[in-house]
Amino acid sequence: MFLKKFAIAGAMAALMSTSALACEISARVSIVGNEFPAIQSVGAGAQACTGAEVKTNLTADHQKINLPGMQGNPAEYTSAIIANSSIVALMNEDVIRPLDDLVAKHGQGLKKNQLITIDGKIMAVAFMANAQHLVYRADVLEKIGVQPPKTYEDMLAAAKMIREQGIMENPVGGAYAAGWNLAEEFVNMYLGMGGSHFKPGSAEPNINTEAGIKTLEMMKALSDYMNPDFLTHDSNATNAEFRAGNVALMNMWGSRAATLVSADGVAQEVVDGFAIDGPMTVGGGSIPASTLWWDGWTVAKNISDEEAEATFIAMMNGISPAMMANEEIRTQAVWLIDGYQPTDAAKGVFAAAGMNTIPYPMLPYMGLMHTALGNELVDFMKGDESAEQALKDAEAAYIAAAKEKGFL
Amino acid sequence: MKHRTFFWFFLPTGLAMLLFIAMPIVSVVTQSLFTPHEAVLVTVETCTPFSCAQETTIDQEATAALREQSPMGRFVGFDIYTDRGHLAFSEVAQAWHSSDSFGEFLKQLNNLPFYRAMGFTIVFVFVVTPLVIVMGLLIALAVNTVNARLKGIVIFFSLLPFVITPLIGALVLFWMIDSRGIIGTALQWMAGDPSLSLKASTGLMWISLMIYGVWHAAPFAFVIFYAGLQTLPMDQIEAAQIDGASRLQRLRYVIIPHLMPLVTFVALIQLMDNFRVFEPIVGFNASAHATSLSWAIFNDLGGETRQLSSAAATSVITILGVALLLSPVLVRTWRDYKGKV
Repeated sequence: MFLKKFAIAGAMAALMSTSALACEISARVSIVGNEFPAIQSVGAGAQACTGAEVKTNLTADHQKINLPGMQGNPAEYTSAIIANSSIVALMNEDVIRPLDDLVAKHGQGLKKNQLITIDGKIMAVAFMANAQHLVYRADVLEKIGVQPPKTYEDMLAAAKMIREQGIMENPVGGAYAAGWNLAEEFVNMYLGMGGSHFKPGSAEPNINTEAGIKTLEMMKALSDYMNPDFLTHDSNATNAEFRAGNVALMNMWGSRAATLVSADGVAQEVVDGFAIDGPMTVGGGSIPASTLWWDGWTVAKNISDEEAEATFIAMMNGISPAMMANEEIRTQAVWLIDGYQPTDAAKGVFAAAGMNTIPYPMLPYMGLMHTALGNELVDFMKGDESAEQALKDAEAAYIAAAKEKGFL
Repeated sequence: MKHRTFFWFFLPTGLAMLLFIAMPIVSVVTQSLFTPHEAVLVTVETCTPFSCAQETTIDQEATAALREQSPMGRFVGFDIYTDRGHLAFSEVAQAWHSSDSFGEFLKQLNNLPFYRAMGFTIVFVFVVTPLVIVMGLLIALAVNTVNARLKGIVIFFSLLPFVITPLIGALVLFWMIDSRGIIGTALQWMAGDPSLSLKASTGLMWISLMIYGVWHAAPFAFVIFYAGLQTLPMDQIEAAQIDGASRLQRLRYVIIPHLMPLVTFVALIQLMDNFRVFEPIVGFNASAHATSLSWAIFNDLGGETRQLSSAAATSVITILGVALLLSPVLVRTWRDYKGKV
């Protein structure tokens, strides 16, 4: 533990010494964001700036606090690190500022595809891409003599063989924890089945469909091969199962896969057998049952121009191309930063992009749909009600919420 | 006490109560009667690292104008209270008409988030509260008989579950009952069923949550009862002994009546606390099996799109629920008080 902290401190010091060269700011910067290695690197890069204080608050609960923290005037947080799902909440409440002037002034070196442009205005700067894709144990698949699955149907067949041959009891891993994670798996699978969450051009829900039922049936079939506690397993718990050697096949985030087996105490056979492949398709479809994500940063609206400028400069330093020379940082994510050379760990996300995976919808009412799905699908996953009933409940819960928020 | 003196004594407390209790309640009630404006949606070109596409978004200028006009949002009266996420009047009526038997009706009721939360909450309250009182009393009686030299350390260890932050306590237990945890594995071994999982079964999860509830709160009851035992008049006990009362009879006719006001106090606090059961549900990741009103508020505020009006309505319902639950005890206390005057 001590050694690890020492190594991280060393890496940070090295990072600071390389990137602190030109970063000078004159007003406070306060960053809120999610907590995983890539974002921690961005935060550390921003904190390397001198001249004024740079605070970071990186936590898995970031989306519960970023909006309230930006609604005040002046806002507590001058920047929120967000993804394509969570930027919507900030846009809905109009708490982030367009960045066109700052990009023109300080945005040299940004690539065009890093600029998140909504109605012609730059609202965020993306720095990494993410997607869920297959992570598997090559040694186990070799033992049963099958190729890495390209479809969820293949995954089920492989899981059946692994169990029947007594290699693993519950060979499939999945972040199926009730709530956000379960809903995310539904969103992935439903898009893969060719479904669309809303009726075209409206906020009316459209999930109680044949594709919806097939989606739930596939999720249920997969859960039969999962640890019986699957409704309490988020990505952390699922990764722990993989590291412990209990799981051979799982759909996992690219941002997690890169560092999956570098944790302490992972068995050698797991480290050796660890392999990554692209996302899987389902139900004969050609679009993967996954979603594309980007992570980026925004600048708060309710702050002074000096603070906005300082924030922009510090965040630019957090995603400076110089960071790409650091091997450890380079493997942490699929960076959109100029000068990034993909590592092997990036294979899954690149495959997802190459297979025309659909980006997670940036609709103002998608968050409500996600919440409704996360709560109402559990009864079906527990085996307490039919797929039709669960989808009907999810639609009803969504409609009640959407009416409250004025979308219906 | 003169009215004037009382007024000055009470003023600081009164102000604090107004500021920290009355005003938030007024605010939450107001919030529950209003909802955000109708969303003004526009379709614009949205460019991301992957592609450019026409996507729906909120028209900020039009929305800002709406907000300017009526900053409170739309007044909806009790609409939020009666929608599916809360009391669900129309869904309940429909369930009543469409179900053939009462059991079927209850099943349909359990499908609605509010009633599902109430179902678990009520069972939790009425199982955990009496058990906490009984356990607290038993521990207090036991500790009271311990050798004086050991008392300090025994009291310290008995208090530990209450000292631990509830969420941490819940997480510790959560990992222990995991199917790969020490308790989970032990239970699998004892039951001879390797697929037994406390977290996968609603019934077992409820039992785990209630065990946690008792484990966490019993020390609270214990301290109160232990303090009460120290005030027990020894002459009464001795008199009872001389009259030939057995140990059990002394407990039944002397000790428990002496502790009765404290039992009322513990019951009041515990009813209130247990009705707001929250930490174990989050700590145990148990929302698939058990929810409560507090959890529903957390869920409304924790989603990617916050539902403030919905959370406010649930908060008001929680306040009313606590008041309702406490009313029998409060009425009793009031009667006792009047009887004494």
